[in-house]
Amino acid sequence: MTGPKQIGAQDRNAVPNGKTALGKVRGLGSARHGGQLWIRERVSSAALLLLGTWFIVSLLLLPDLRQGTVLEWLASPLAFVPMALFVYLNFEHSLEGLKVIVDDYQGDEGGRLTWHLVSLFLHVGAGALALYALVRIVFGAAS
Amino acid sequence: MSRNTSRPLSPHLTVWKWGPHMVTSILHRATGVALSIGGLALLTWWLLALAGSASAYDDFSAAASHPLGILVLVGLSWSFFQHTLSGVRHLIMDSGDGFELKTNKNMAYATWAGSALLTIALWAYILLGRGA
Repeated sequence: MTGPKQIGAQDRNAVPNGKTALGKVRGLGSARHGGQLWIRERVSSAALLLLGTWFIVSLLLLPDLRQGTVLEWLASPLAFVPMALFVYLNFEHSLEGLKVIVDDYQGDEGGRLTWHLVSLFLHVGAGALALYALVRIVFGAAS
Repeated sequence: MSRNTSRPLSPHLTVWKWGPHMVTSILHRATGVALSIGGLALLTWWLLALAGSASAYDDFSAAASHPLGILVLVGLSWSFFQHTLSGVRHLIMDSGDGFELKTNKNMAYATWAGSALLTIALWAYILLGRGA
């Protein structure tokens, strides 16, 4: 009855202070920030619905997809600003979505932490690269 | 903190009877993962190539117009349309609407029809209409 490994079927929810895990948290109320990720995911999805449509339609409206043509288009504020938002929100929404998937399918707490860290680092790393490229495009065209 | 390791995780593919809503739900996740990994890698590569030299952009263009590259792009555009339409379905359901069985089933079918039609229309336009 001391360590988690010896806990039998009848008292597998037993915790050191004599209460069950449920008894320990019952009545405490919510942490009051659980809904934030859920809401952010939906806000970014609504924004991406608009920006994704804009992205595809804009590419189709370009006369061609040669480097010079795309660069000239992206350097204008009316393309650069939505594009920067599109890139940023894509990475945010992707990070939020993958977090939910990891939480759902990775039961092990250490594994969850590892996956969340790997995902966070990859998203921040690739997202920073993409934004760097955008900044280079807009300043390269200005000079 | 003691944790009961014998408790189940989120129900997985094996426990559900396959139906339109269930397929749509799992497609939402699968396409989301595909867009996260493939889509964002491609978007980042495209932007870096654009910001880089002419040869860097030529490399991207060559890969994107290769038959295998087109196959990947078709898959990603279908993923985008399926995930987006399914996302709209989720937003409708988040508002409390669309839980009536028949409505729910029809909305699930509508996402498949919509994503297939949009993908076909997009690639017909790119490969035939535009003549690029």
